Amino acid sequence: MIEFSLWDIVRNLLLAARWTVVLAAVAFAGGAMLGLGVLMMRTARAAWPRRVAWAYIELFQGTPLLMQLFLAFFGLALAGMDVPAWLAAGTALVLWSAAFLAEIWRGCVDAIPRGQWEASSSLAMSYAQQMRHVILPQALRIAVAPTVGFAVQIVKSTALTSIIGFTELSKASTIITNATFNPFTVYAVAALIYFVLCWPLSRASRKLERKLHAAHRA
Amino acid sequence: MAYRFDFLSVADYAPVLLKGLAVTVELIAVGAVVGVAIGIACSWASTQGPRWTRPPVAAYVELIRNTPFLIQLFFIFFGLPSIGVRMGEMQAACLAMAVNLGAYSTEIIRAGIDATPRGQYEAGLSLAMSRIQVFRHVVLRPALARIWPALSSQIVIVMLGSAVCSQIAAEDLSFAANFIQSRNFRPFEVYIVTTLIYLLLAIALRQILRSAGRRIFGGSAR
Repeated sequence: MIEFSLWDIVRNLLLAARWTVVLAAVAFAGGAMLGLGVLMMRTARAAWPRRVAWAYIELFQGTPLLMQLFLAFFGLALAGMDVPAWLAAGTALVLWSAAFLAEIWRGCVDAIPRGQWEASSSLAMSYAQQMRHVILPQALRIAVAPTVGFAVQIVKSTALTSIIGFTELSKASTIITNATFNPFTVYAVAALIYFVLCWPLSRASRKLERKLHAAHRA
Repeated sequence: MAYRFDFLSVADYAPVLLKGLAVTVELIAVGAVVGVAIGIACSWASTQGPRWTRPPVAAYVELIRNTPFLIQLFFIFFGLPSIGVRMGEMQAACLAMAVNLGAYSTEIIRAGIDATPRGQYEAGLSLAMSRIQVFRHVVLRPALARIWPALSSQIVIVMLGSAVCSQIAAEDLSFAANFIQSRNFRPFEVYIVTTLIYLLLAIALRQILRSAGRRIFGGSAR
């Protein structure tokens, strides 16, 4: 039997952690783009885009991500595609994070005083112009801290993609456990790697939040 | 060839889904009660408890909040037996949920406690209440009322996260879904139905928590 040293375990987990980072980055970037679209609909003037966006957010926030992953995995297959795990994982995570980011950002847009909307519409700006030049630049400032905070959630959520067979940090942990029969060490190291990925983000989020509040108090 | 949906093949397995639903409800009930209790204890320790309790509480909160629930679950179920702590899948699932919710609710409840005006402590102490009594009667109740909405949505998030417990063979709703699709080979239909059940459960849980908040805290809960 091959003996596995602690270094073997750590090295292989670190190699797998690359895919956790890549997937999280994809989910964040894709989710941000789609989320911006959902946000526009959620804050639109007409009623129907608002309703559609509300239903979208409610659906993705009110159901387990695991189920969304399964549905993406089997649903895409029904559409006649040959679905590799990374595609299903990426799709589900993008859709999921878009819903959460849209809802977070809506809170930020709502926090902009009414007068800003009224002032800009009195300048004959269209909705898109108002958003681009008046509302979003201000909302962005408030949005930074919670958005960074949500990035932590995304990194943690990538762990679920191991269940549909995407080989990232969690899946690698299970595989290595099956080879080494040492779940205690392997999962502890995996948790540590996740912690190292997430903790700086958590801290940054908290610092940014405090900084923003200081600006508000002044 | 177009795919024909067949939801009837799921209907045959309704009893299995109901059993799974019952287990999910059990998980979240135990997880929520124990988790919030941990949250109250830890937020007390980190705001008014002895100074030495603060670093361990902070470490616990940070560690849990910055690692995935799945890994916590696997560590408890697969990792702990190797140091002699053995438990069944239901105990492990309940423990993981309680520990997870405990960390988040510590943060949430502490925010509520921090918002308590200084004068209220002083008023309580001047009425010859002990520090524990002040915490219980003066600080905790309004703090919980203040953060009840945030706590409720965290409980819903943990409930949705409990779907992962099927991975250690706790026979919850998602376990039932996996079981059924392995029998009727209709994964898409099964997961659609299960997802909708989760959605309804989330909506129901939110309503229950809202009316519970209103009952417990009266008009002070928003």
